[in-house]
Amino acid sequence: MSTKPTPANDQADEPTRRDFLYLTAAAFGVVGAGSVAWPLIDQMNPAADTLALSTTEVDLSPIEEGQAITVMWRGKPVFIRHRTAKEIEEAKADDSADLRDPQTDAERVKEGHEKWLVMVGICTHLGCVPLGQKDTDVKGEYDGWFCPCHGSHYDSSGRIRKGPAPTNLAVPEYTFLNETTIKIG
Amino acid sequence: MGSGNREKFDNPVVEWVDSRLPVFTLMQKEYGVFPTPKNFNYFWNFGAIAMVMLVTMIVTGIALAMHYVPHAAMAFDSVERIMRDVNHGWLLRYLHANGASFFFIAVYIHIFRGMYYGSYKNPRELLWILGVVIFLLMMATAFMGYVLPWGQMSFWGATVITNLFSAIPLVGDSIVTLLWGGFSVDNPTLNRFFALHYLLPFVIFAVVFLHVWALHVTGSNNPLGIEPKGKQDTLPFHPYYTIKDTFGLLVFLLLYVGYAFFAPNDLGHPDNYIPADPLVTPAHIVPEWYFLPFYAILRAITFDIAIPFTDIVLISAKLGGVLAMFGSIALLFALPFLDKHPVRSAVFRPWFKIAFLALAVVTFILGVCGGKPAEGLWVPLAQICTLYYYAFFLVIIPFLNKKEPVAKLPPSIHEAVLSKNKQG
Repeated sequence: MSTKPTPANDQADEPTRRDFLYLTAAAFGVVGAGSVAWPLIDQMNPAADTLALSTTEVDLSPIEEGQAITVMWRGKPVFIRHRTAKEIEEAKADDSADLRDPQTDAERVKEGHEKWLVMVGICTHLGCVPLGQKDTDVKGEYDGWFCPCHGSHYDSSGRIRKGPAPTNLAVPEYTFLNETTIKIG
Repeated sequence: MGSGNREKFDNPVVEWVDSRLPVFTLMQKEYGVFPTPKNFNYFWNFGAIAMVMLVTMIVTGIALAMHYVPHAAMAFDSVERIMRDVNHGWLLRYLHANGASFFFIAVYIHIFRGMYYGSYKNPRELLWILGVVIFLLMMATAFMGYVLPWGQMSFWGATVITNLFSAIPLVGDSIVTLLWGGFSVDNPTLNRFFALHYLLPFVIFAVVFLHVWALHVTGSNNPLGIEPKGKQDTLPFHPYYTIKDTFGLLVFLLLYVGYAFFAPNDLGHPDNYIPADPLVTPAHIVPEWYFLPFYAILRAITFDIAIPFTDIVLISAKLGGVLAMFGSIALLFALPFLDKHPVRSAVFRPWFKIAFLALAVVTFILGVCGGKPAEGLWVPLAQICTLYYYAFFLVIIPFLNKKEPVAKLPPSIHEAVLSKNKQG
């Protein structure tokens, strides 16, 4: 360094070739470190075999009116409810009520299949499984589902009506393969 | 840690090692003759006790890991096998499970001591902050450890706590999927929790080393909160405090093994002896007792925070609860910078003393609320207590900074101790 010529005063604050080399070397190092770090982080995301289990077919024919079943999809419970006329009516009547996550009942079912309500059975608050699938369960104040963990009430369309949960019970992607079979996912 | 002006040891083996790596000189300096204020009370035992509990947890934990199987289909049964078939397995597991509780008891008393006597104040801010880091690491480690037996409370506790991260706007759901390694808490989650539960105690050990290092730079605080002025104010650490620490430690260990032998499941939850079932949520999910105050704060935020007279929600109830819970620990980090009052010890701060003891009671009540279902009077009670918790740090302490009279402190530890003896 002692052999380095003293720069003239007017050049003292100018960036030098050395500054440029420092910056490019540092930037190169950051990109390199990032590209090594990413695989270490991404390995935590779902693996290929976990992703492969992502669809489920369900036969609806044995479910009587007023009954509900719970099936597993991607390790989560899915509620499938054969709704009674009364429940559908209640759900439609509340379309214009004061809803936290406004959605009409029609948006939550498939057209022509209003009696089938298909939802991921996981409370949108902190992930518990709400009660209400069995006849003997507590169904909450809106004749739907009730989460015992922190007291969220869902109506007969699975919409959040009371309690800490921020959104309605999620409706997964599903299609009717025929009148009595659906494919979830 | 350099050798500096090293005194020779008589033992030739010790001298041979010490002249090449001065570990004996170091121990002599830091734990032999180390000048320590002479007026410690028994609250000053709990740092050493916590250290012994950390070592106990690591030793019993490594033994348990030799028999435990971190797989969703086998974890529960492998824990039962440890209890029934592995030689002394019941002892190791009960010491480990109750050890977590007693580690937290020691650390909570240690934190209480630090706050009451103002040990977080200049020049010990970094020492305090390292302590809060240890506390956070302990919470993460304890949470992941509780998941490993893969009982109902393990599974649903893991579900609720990992779902806290879904409250983060935009990236929350991606973070939760990343934590789970799937679409729900499942085998990949259990696997990584085991890996991290094994790793984190060693990270804690490293931070404890920094914590103790920082302590030995500033020296200990003491009940009077005034710095030692000379030799008449201190005692050599050995034998005075090695003996006092050992006595307190033995009393503490008696309580600990008393629990482990005679009431090993009293601090746990019976639902965790039911294998994990993703389709059935227990009627009442509660975390371990040492998380209950924070759990109560989480559940106390039951309302959205919106722009007044509009429907625009700034912070949903869910995000609000999560922020309030993490904020309650963030306040501990900020404490040394919030409290600017020149007097350290609550002994000479009557106003602070009342406010702080009220905080301790409020935190206890929060713990009770956290163990109850979130309904009825428990909700407003938890909300009032949460309000006081925040007000203590953000309103009362700044108020006391300006208004609490600065008491006349004793001229030295030595004189304070002597005059106390004369009165008694």
